[in-house]
Amino acid sequence: MVSRKVSRRRFVASTAALSTAAVAAPFVRGAYAAGKLSVGFWDHWVPNANGATETLIKEWGEKEKVEVQIDFITSQGNKLLLTTAAEGQAKSGHDILAQNTFLPARYAEVLVPMNDVMDDLIKENGKVNATVEYLGKVGGKWLGIPATVGSQIKGPCSRLDYMKQFAGLDIKAMYPAGEAPKADNWTFDTFLKAAEACHKGGHPFGIGLGTTSDNVDTIGAVFHAFGAVLVNEKGDIVLKNDQVRQALDFYKKLMAFLPPDVAAWDDASNNKFLVSGQASMIMNPPSAWAVAKRDAPQVAEQCWTHGFPAGPKGRYAPFLPFFWCTWSFSKNQSAAKSLLRHLSTRDSAEKMVNASGGYDLPSFEKFTTFKVWAEAEPPKGTLYHYPNPYNHQILSVAAAPAPHKIAEQIYNQGIQTQMAVRYFKGEPLEKTLDWASGEIEGFMRN
Amino acid sequence: MADIAAPNSAVATRGRNSLHKLVQRKSTVAFLMALPLILLITILVAYPAGYAVWLSMLNKSMTKFVGFGNFQFLFKRETFWEIVAQSCLFALTAVLFKAMIGFVVAHFVNNIPTKGQRKWRGMLLVPWVIPAAMSTLSWLWLFDPSYSAFNWIFAHIGLPKISWLGEAGWARFSVILVNVWAGAPFFLIMYLAALKSVPEQLYEAASIDGATWWQRIWYVTLPMMRNIIAITILFSTIVTFANFDIVRVLTSGGPLTATHVFATWAFKVGIESGDIPLGATVSLFMVPILAVAATFILRDISKRGSEV
Repeated sequence: MVSRKVSRRRFVASTAALSTAAVAAPFVRGAYAAGKLSVGFWDHWVPNANGATETLIKEWGEKEKVEVQIDFITSQGNKLLLTTAAEGQAKSGHDILAQNTFLPARYAEVLVPMNDVMDDLIKENGKVNATVEYLGKVGGKWLGIPATVGSQIKGPCSRLDYMKQFAGLDIKAMYPAGEAPKADNWTFDTFLKAAEACHKGGHPFGIGLGTTSDNVDTIGAVFHAFGAVLVNEKGDIVLKNDQVRQALDFYKKLMAFLPPDVAAWDDASNNKFLVSGQASMIMNPPSAWAVAKRDAPQVAEQCWTHGFPAGPKGRYAPFLPFFWCTWSFSKNQSAAKSLLRHLSTRDSAEKMVNASGGYDLPSFEKFTTFKVWAEAEPPKGTLYHYPNPYNHQILSVAAAPAPHKIAEQIYNQGIQTQMAVRYFKGEPLEKTLDWASGEIEGFMRN
Repeated sequence: MADIAAPNSAVATRGRNSLHKLVQRKSTVAFLMALPLILLITILVAYPAGYAVWLSMLNKSMTKFVGFGNFQFLFKRETFWEIVAQSCLFALTAVLFKAMIGFVVAHFVNNIPTKGQRKWRGMLLVPWVIPAAMSTLSWLWLFDPSYSAFNWIFAHIGLPKISWLGEAGWARFSVILVNVWAGAPFFLIMYLAALKSVPEQLYEAASIDGATWWQRIWYVTLPMMRNIIAITILFSTIVTFANFDIVRVLTSGGPLTATHVFATWAFKVGIESGDIPLGATVSLFMVPILAVAATFILRDISKRGSEV
């Protein structure tokens, strides 16, 4: 009998090689492929919208013989954000976790590259917009798959009656259902005049200037439309420029026509302002309209979601994508990728969008013409232009094109809204710019 | 064999005796009984606190030890000093009002006949026993930027609307008010217990000497309550400086950064903006200051205790 002694060094080397092979191996369905996968997805606030995702995952699990544990984690009280931070810190947690906007870039070093999956999906489903690429692809590496669930455009949702009555604008004619927009005159000048008219009419625009996402997204799009950049892609602070001054001047004029407490608004404030019947316009995905449909149908009947007004440098709208990401410490990466491919097919995306009543917005080019947006009512066609079907506006995110680690802090600390409020409250413009410059300098540390 | 065994058994007996004595010692028994709590505190308090200290000494990407670099960085930030000023304003004003209201109401309650006192004590404790996050939500609806119930009442009596959470001054007033509302019952119950322990004979002697009500409070009540006042204020100051839920629910630190306190700013910087070491540094800033204050106050209390 030949006995062979295995040294400790050899044992460690063999185990490491085996583990690496197991993690990197392509996912092959078969008797031995059955394993476990845990996913943490954003808990949808549209009732029953989680159901479609759950069904799709179960279907895949049964087909691939993988036991999947699904957690829907709410973003209320930052629970999803805290879960992400805890898992990133502990290097343990879900195999797939939904992460929004700047989070994939924050955790870039501990996320599995998804280039292989994304290359195939782009071939199949069409390109993704530049904002998705900016947020999801860092250093040539795709950090996640753009998720259908939770991704959204925060464009204007106007009251047809008030806009016609006070501002003389026929929003439905500018953005007709089933047709391309006829909104060349929908510019910042028209927008300001309409804001003033609606304010005089007692139904002002409900645009917040707090430091939460909705507020920051709106001002981000306005800054882009003026070409106003705070930090360029190289990381240089360039905010002392005429475009930024113009954007702040525009906001100073606009704020005079907004409710006096907008500086204290959070993400729920604009929704409540619309549903209560006070607003002529808010900037939001169709969740406010959906709540109105349930609680104030007379308000919902007058709502129309449409495109942003154009500024001197173009027509920009805020796009907030979620990504489905896989941690590098996930033990079942190949299965995770397989599930993400399944969830990113046209059929799956449409099921998820339908379940959300049109709220969810896939990032792929070919997925912006689902029936649900054309058929949503009341009034019929109210969501037709929500997914930007004619690429009428450039989708953007506030603080881009700054490097992610700087942009994330500009975004989360609401530097742009704070600048607008400071300037509006009487601070000299140059002092506001100095303040912002000082704050951003503080974000540069490594 | 016996020659060899004898010294061994003597050593064993001596060992058993000393172990027996050790176990019989009161301090050992006390230590063993406190051990579960010590373990819990080590796991739930000491370890996270130590970890926070460690985090505060790392660079932003948590790859390099930077010592006190994060503190040095913070000291140069204008916003940070605003947060320091606001936290001090918030904590000191809130504690002062909580102590004053608690003191006055404790006297009122103490003067209620014993029969009806229990229900008053119970009702007055309600703000303190409701989880702050929940009660603050109700306050949020009262102060809501667009639908404030207070403003609705003001409108009906012809008063102008107030932007409770939209103006820096009013927003600070609102968060302090809610903190006072939620925290005053703690002072009330502590002061009530202290009042009940003041011997009635002292008041009788003071009355015989012709003391006014103010002199009775100044020369009898306050000296007798001094220790409990010091401990209550110390405890409340620490808790109020660390407050998170009220500010988070009511204003999230806004408008601008007008109502941020250490905890909400640490959350903003550390969790929301992804700079965990800086967040840990913000949250630890008050620790040395409060620790020194606590040491002096507790030393004073124990000195007075030994004098008594």
